[in-house]
Amino acid sequence: MSEAIKLKLSKKDLETDQDVRWCPGCGDYAILATVQRTLANLGIKRENTVFVSGIGCSSRFPYYMNTYGFHTIHGRAPTVASGLKITRPDLDVWVITGDGDGLSIGGNHMIHTLRRNMDLKIILFNNQIYGLTKGQYSPTSSVGTKAPSTPSGSIDHPLNPISLVLGAGATFVARAADTDAKMMASILEQAYAHKGAVFIEMLQNCPVFNDGVWEGVKDDPKNKQILLVDGKPLLFAEGKKGIKLGADLRPEIVDVGDGPGQTPLSQILVHTEKGSPVYANLLAQLTLPDFPIPMGVLYRLEKPTYDTLATAQIEDAKAKLGLGDLNKLMFAGMTWEVGADGTQH
Amino acid sequence: METKHLDRVVIRFTGDSGDGMQLTGTEFAKAAAEAGNDLSTFPDFPAEIRAPAGSLFGVSGFQLHFSSSEIHTPGDAPDVLVAMNPAALKTNLKDLVDNGTLIINTGAFIEGNLKKAGYSSNPLEDGSLSKYKLHAVDITHLTMTALEGSELTNKEKGRAKNFFALGLVFWMYGRETEPEVRRIHQQFAKKPQFGEANVKVFKAGYHYGETAEVFQTVYKVPPHVFKPGMYRNITGNEAIALGLVVGAELAGKKLFYSGYPITPASSILHSLAKFKNFGCITFQAEDEIAAIGAALGAAYGGSVAVTASSGPGIALKGEAIGLGVMTELPLVIVNVQRGGPSTGLPTKTEQSDLFQAIYGRNGESPIPVIAAKSPGDTFYCAIEAVKIATRYMVPVMLLSDGYIANGSEPWPLPNLEQLPRFDVIHRTDPAGYFVYERDPRTLARAWVIPGTPGLEHRIGGIEKDSLTGNISYAPENHEKMTHARADKVARIAQDVGELDLYGADSGDVLVIGWGGTFGALRQAVQTMQTQGKKVSHAHLRWLSPLEPGLAKVIKNYKHVLVPELNMGQLRTILRAEFLVDCIGLNKIQGQPFKVQEVIEAIDKLLGTTTATTTTTTTTTTTVADPIGIA
Repeated sequence: MSEAIKLKLSKKDLETDQDVRWCPGCGDYAILATVQRTLANLGIKRENTVFVSGIGCSSRFPYYMNTYGFHTIHGRAPTVASGLKITRPDLDVWVITGDGDGLSIGGNHMIHTLRRNMDLKIILFNNQIYGLTKGQYSPTSSVGTKAPSTPSGSIDHPLNPISLVLGAGATFVARAADTDAKMMASILEQAYAHKGAVFIEMLQNCPVFNDGVWEGVKDDPKNKQILLVDGKPLLFAEGKKGIKLGADLRPEIVDVGDGPGQTPLSQILVHTEKGSPVYANLLAQLTLPDFPIPMGVLYRLEKPTYDTLATAQIEDAKAKLGLGDLNKLMFAGMTWEVGADGTQH
Repeated sequence: METKHLDRVVIRFTGDSGDGMQLTGTEFAKAAAEAGNDLSTFPDFPAEIRAPAGSLFGVSGFQLHFSSSEIHTPGDAPDVLVAMNPAALKTNLKDLVDNGTLIINTGAFIEGNLKKAGYSSNPLEDGSLSKYKLHAVDITHLTMTALEGSELTNKEKGRAKNFFALGLVFWMYGRETEPEVRRIHQQFAKKPQFGEANVKVFKAGYHYGETAEVFQTVYKVPPHVFKPGMYRNITGNEAIALGLVVGAELAGKKLFYSGYPITPASSILHSLAKFKNFGCITFQAEDEIAAIGAALGAAYGGSVAVTASSGPGIALKGEAIGLGVMTELPLVIVNVQRGGPSTGLPTKTEQSDLFQAIYGRNGESPIPVIAAKSPGDTFYCAIEAVKIATRYMVPVMLLSDGYIANGSEPWPLPNLEQLPRFDVIHRTDPAGYFVYERDPRTLARAWVIPGTPGLEHRIGGIEKDSLTGNISYAPENHEKMTHARADKVARIAQDVGELDLYGADSGDVLVIGWGGTFGALRQAVQTMQTQGKKVSHAHLRWLSPLEPGLAKVIKNYKHVLVPELNMGQLRTILRAEFLVDCIGLNKIQGQPFKVQEVIEAIDKLLGTTTATTTTTTTTTTTVADPIGIA
């Protein structure tokens, strides 16, 4: 069957002939497979899809996607993707990055790309370690991480990616685990539909340098994850526990129910994707080990994208000033004519 | 009243950085252009926006050379110096020619200002100015008087005093006042009360010259005979912006420009940001790296992509330029050079980023480098940079400098219809496509852009297979690709025009220069040729690849002199390339060459057969070993 009359893309159509070079057991395989399957199901146009990445294990991703792809330099993927999207609003541009690439060397670009509400789908693979450079601690590593560069344990505090991106102005913020294909697919579908700056934190396992770093979350999803559902209360432990707002706006874990010592369901915070930034930031602060962590879509806001505004300014200028005439532009300002005799007229 | 005819005049306006000297100079340049003179300007100002009033380091100057014959430089030494305060006098008087005209605002020569300028006695009273034609005018007071009854505050009134000075020189050189009055009103259209005040003061200055009878002479500089055509006055950064827009149009593409604020490149962004109705997209990025990253992304998407900066910013862009070399994407990187290293001299000119342009990246990472010679030339260099970038699929570095960027000259407007087009054609045919298959003439790979069905492919900074573009670490492949990238740049020589050689193709001295020193070198060589000296001047437009015409002549002279505003970067390259014992004339003072300095250096070479060193005779006293090394 030729390309033209083929009705439905399959996962295979999005695979390339390149050998995938990640380590056996790497969480990246599952993310890749889910992205390929989900985008195939969404029926994307391969030619209008571009994957841009920086440097690191995750950034090899574009080589394995049979779309357009650009493997750039360390931390700079958002910049390249921004230039592409601003000039080619017709393209779907995805950015693949990691905790080192996107939050350390590329942290500045991350915040500015998000504040502009650049219409990019940014997926950050967070494994709390530098993999490709052989295991140094990263900006999301816990205090005390023992690594080749920190044999006595790291002493700097990790940053919270979700807090950072909310502060920067991301308009779609979500979190999923590499082991939960169903949730990944659901988030990817919603991200694809969102117009604006998407940030997805993928909790990803590095089996070589930081194996099991997310085990706490993945092994015991019932007790360690809050599955976010728009309009539903923040519950976990099979609905027996929930999150309530305490007196000084501190989130508290409470037993849910109407019995003695329990909190009625009506007092449990209800998840609203389009909630206030205050609420979204509260969700971001729910971190291990004190809290189960929220999984799913944390925040969503509709707001004009950078490329839309940039295009509008250009159209506006054309409407007001008329389509640019280069000859007129040359003659702008003070001009004078020199006649055949070499003097002015 | 006597009228004296002069062939050329160099005038310098100096004052505090808040005194409006740049505006005064720019306006007087317009009047010179209007009167049909050839002209060249040199704004010279400190990095501080409003340096403390009266301080020596806060002095801002604007030099203008206008003439009835062809000129190439803003002039070596001013014939007329306007000093608005003691600090301006102190820092500039040494440059004024003997018996030169000195106009001083006596109103600023008060004790505090004299002290700040380091004067122990008032030069107006101690006879130290006796060798000049001194015109002591209380401009401050006369300005206030002219604005009596105005509703402006005293501070606002005081700020109009530059227009008094402007009016005065208008009178001295017999300039038409009406067009200037119109321009002032236009410029201050949003604040008409200031426009009104400035006009009043401007006229007061003019009438003062007429009636005060302190000036015995008015001067007339007859018009220069230009080639017929339309002209405008243009600065280097204005011309570069126009060149980029036109270049993109000639390529049949949209222009994308991204930059981060930096002196002296920022005004390119300012100009282009106004050209939205031409479809230009400008992007002020969060830093220099983001600026070039965005440009690369835009190039990948099929735009004519440009980023500009100055040395420190170019240093930050180095890795991304390498990515452009590796992925073989078209890109124009403009470096408006300034004094370095580090922050260096942000507002002063230098040519010290040549090595950075040619070599400043990791790995074997050759890129073509073109340098503009004058403000108007940046227009054509920008077009050529766009052409070469898109034709050869390579990042091109375009070098300008602070002197070219801010200086201005009368510019014959190009006939756009006569500029050859170089329309870009993106490959769309999937049959037999290989990502790194090369055009046999240019060695360029095809520029395939996203959105093209059937040609989906991946590129990146890792070494790639010489045909498929897939990741390859194969030893022979890397060597092959390294050569391919170098050969591609070398092949650009086939599209480089004739060497600009002024004079005979053999003789006693060949002066080789590049970039903004063109005017001073050409003028110096011209002068020496009229004296019968066997001196020629080769101007290099392309520094990488080196212009092929140079190889044919460089060994035909007894001496080769390479004047540069750096420690001898081109000289080093020429010596390595041609094994010719090039002699350097090197000045690293943040200032352009004076014609006289070049003439003296050539004279020295002519006077000796074993010269290895030449020095210019600057009067700088603070630099122990000022300029000149072998």
